[in-house]
Amino acid sequence: MKKTIILMAVLFLGFTMYAQESSERKKLPSVNIKTLDGKTFNTQDIYNDGKPVVVSFWALWCKPCKKEMDAYSENYEDWQEETGVKIYAVSIDDARSTAKVLPFVSGKGWEMEVLLDPNGDFKRAMNVNMIPHTFLLDGNGNIVYQHTSYYEGLEDELYELIEKVAAGEDISNH
Amino acid sequence: MMKRVLLLVTAVLFMGLAARSQFSEMIKKSEVHGSFEFDGAYYMPDDVIGITDSMINGRNFAFNGFGNITYTLGKFSAGIRYEAYLPPLAGFDPRAEGQGFPYIWASYTSEKFSFTIGNFYEQFGNGLTLRTYEEWSLGYDNSLNGARVTYEPVRGLRFKGVYGMQRFYWTPYTKNSRGIVKGVDAELDFNQVFKKMSESKVQLSIGGSFVSKYQADQDPLYKLPRNVGNMAGRLNFGVGRFNLSTEYAYKINDPSAINDLIYKEGQGFLISATYATKGFGLYAMFKRYDNMSYKSNRAITANGLDINFLPPNTETHTFMLTSMYPYNTQPNGEIGFQFQLNYKVPKKSKLGGKYGMGIAVNYSQVNDIVRDPVNVPGTDTTATGLPGTDGWTSPFFKFGKTVFWQDFNVEIDKKFSKKFKALLQYMYQTYDIATLEGHTGMPTVHSHIAVMEMTYKFTSKNALRWEVQGLWTQEDKGDWAAILLEFTASPHWFVSVSDQYNYGNPDEDLSIHYFTGSFGYTYRTTRIALTYGRQREGIVCVGGVCRAVPASSGFTLTVSSSF
Repeated sequence: MKKTIILMAVLFLGFTMYAQESSERKKLPSVNIKTLDGKTFNTQDIYNDGKPVVVSFWALWCKPCKKEMDAYSENYEDWQEETGVKIYAVSIDDARSTAKVLPFVSGKGWEMEVLLDPNGDFKRAMNVNMIPHTFLLDGNGNIVYQHTSYYEGLEDELYELIEKVAAGEDISNH
Repeated sequence: MMKRVLLLVTAVLFMGLAARSQFSEMIKKSEVHGSFEFDGAYYMPDDVIGITDSMINGRNFAFNGFGNITYTLGKFSAGIRYEAYLPPLAGFDPRAEGQGFPYIWASYTSEKFSFTIGNFYEQFGNGLTLRTYEEWSLGYDNSLNGARVTYEPVRGLRFKGVYGMQRFYWTPYTKNSRGIVKGVDAELDFNQVFKKMSESKVQLSIGGSFVSKYQADQDPLYKLPRNVGNMAGRLNFGVGRFNLSTEYAYKINDPSAINDLIYKEGQGFLISATYATKGFGLYAMFKRYDNMSYKSNRAITANGLDINFLPPNTETHTFMLTSMYPYNTQPNGEIGFQFQLNYKVPKKSKLGGKYGMGIAVNYSQVNDIVRDPVNVPGTDTTATGLPGTDGWTSPFFKFGKTVFWQDFNVEIDKKFSKKFKALLQYMYQTYDIATLEGHTGMPTVHSHIAVMEMTYKFTSKNALRWEVQGLWTQEDKGDWAAILLEFTASPHWFVSVSDQYNYGNPDEDLSIHYFTGSFGYTYRTTRIALTYGRQREGIVCVGGVCRAVPASSGFTLTVSSSF
């Protein structure tokens, strides 16, 4: 039994490595999560009419995440004007505090789209180990960049990339 | 079961291989993602905190690690996770020691229908009847191994069904070793299903779930229920800026090691209301749990094999000293409430300054429920909570005398300029350490905590952040002070040092400094961090589950990545 599992695992790994090499695209998976008013939302509906999208995972208990969101929020108006980018802030707070996310976000005055992933389904599907974890998607919905953790000033680096993506540049070698 | 899953996975893979012409096409459409993490530690003896060589017993090195691979091809996806605890880090359950593949799954997902076999995570409503999840930092994983079906005949009407047995560390399932779990859930969103309501100001959705566990009765003394049902109904209602959400769960009698074998039914109730408008948010909630522990093995008392999840109703604190005494749900009975206010003082106002100012006020309290005695069967006496009885009766909305927890905190944050911002927090806490940590007889801890955090940006990429904190209490270990300094160079580097000093410990020999230094490097999704120092004894909680962390001294290394 044990040998079978290990053999299978190795086969599976080998196959996936091969597939990884030749894989052409990286898109968002289809996962049902929630909106702030408790509606079901499928992550494949994350869309911005051909313009760049940022998907960032955060939680009320994660201080660096909240700082990152504050930084996005401060710049969001300018960023939108210049590049048309749309930011989705996905909270992974569980049932303990999902209901607190809406008043918190309102109290902060954040204008980003906020989604709830209370059992980490989207987080798991995106292979997010720790938060904050931020993804940048181009206008065709391809994931072109991702980053974990937040340091002061990181938003500037992200914005440079958003500008390039909005201008149709390839940032895969960035 | 596992073998069958694997066979299916291979079958699908080799079907692809067989059709060679289609193979390259298939590869092009394939997506592979994955992630891994390695948490290693080197423990060293430290006389000051009482860690000796013989306690370490040659196990200086410890590590927890996992690797995760997910494969997707159109509607088909499959995944596998490897885990190793060789041996587990200090504070993790010793039963975690070992390695293997605890998470193997394959699923098919179409627009209306999905089918998953193998290990899966699922939550019904708030989790009062069922929630399986994993929390790496706690070593917690109660995944179900079996099958799950979801069906959505029309948008907004959803059905789910699950069947399986739960993971318990590395112990394989054998007959009667633990229960079998099955459950169904339905959810109806009126605004999506009924066209008339699609443009309505009123938002309404309802849901219901029923979960049952089967475990053989092998008790020599008592006749125990072999099938225990747990059912719940929920409602979400919103008008404009107002939102109300509630769930009520009822569980039939379920004598267990946690409730000391009482034949009482269980109840869980949650209700929360919010009002939110730009710059202002209000939250209020009430909850009550009475005998709501629900595990797939009635003999287990520690973390593990939980079928349901009882969300705590307290704020999750994260500063070093505000998180010293975290709350932990009491499944046998608790009643509590919470309020929160978030307000942003507008930009360019007198108080708000150029950037505005954030204010958050939070209050939460949890008490014991009232427990009135019941008749002891076969006698004319009455008692409370005795094995074999109906346990207790309890008036639904009445607060018991014992206060488990109380937390009043105010947080103010303000950005003064492009370069400088600050945060202040004050917290008053009441913590029933005897109940919450099982230190019977110890007096309740009342503490005042203050935190100041400041950040200064030298350049657009370099910043210094520092924290000064104090905790003052007459009880437990007395007063603490803490400082932290962190320098970050975006996007790659950080260096930080911190010290927590228990200067007010009634025992002068235990007035200890807990000093740590760490640095780390991040490149895209890869993060490496090395820490050296002393870890104070404490409790780490995530969500509703807590883990006791023993004092230790040494190095820890974390490497994490995903693709």
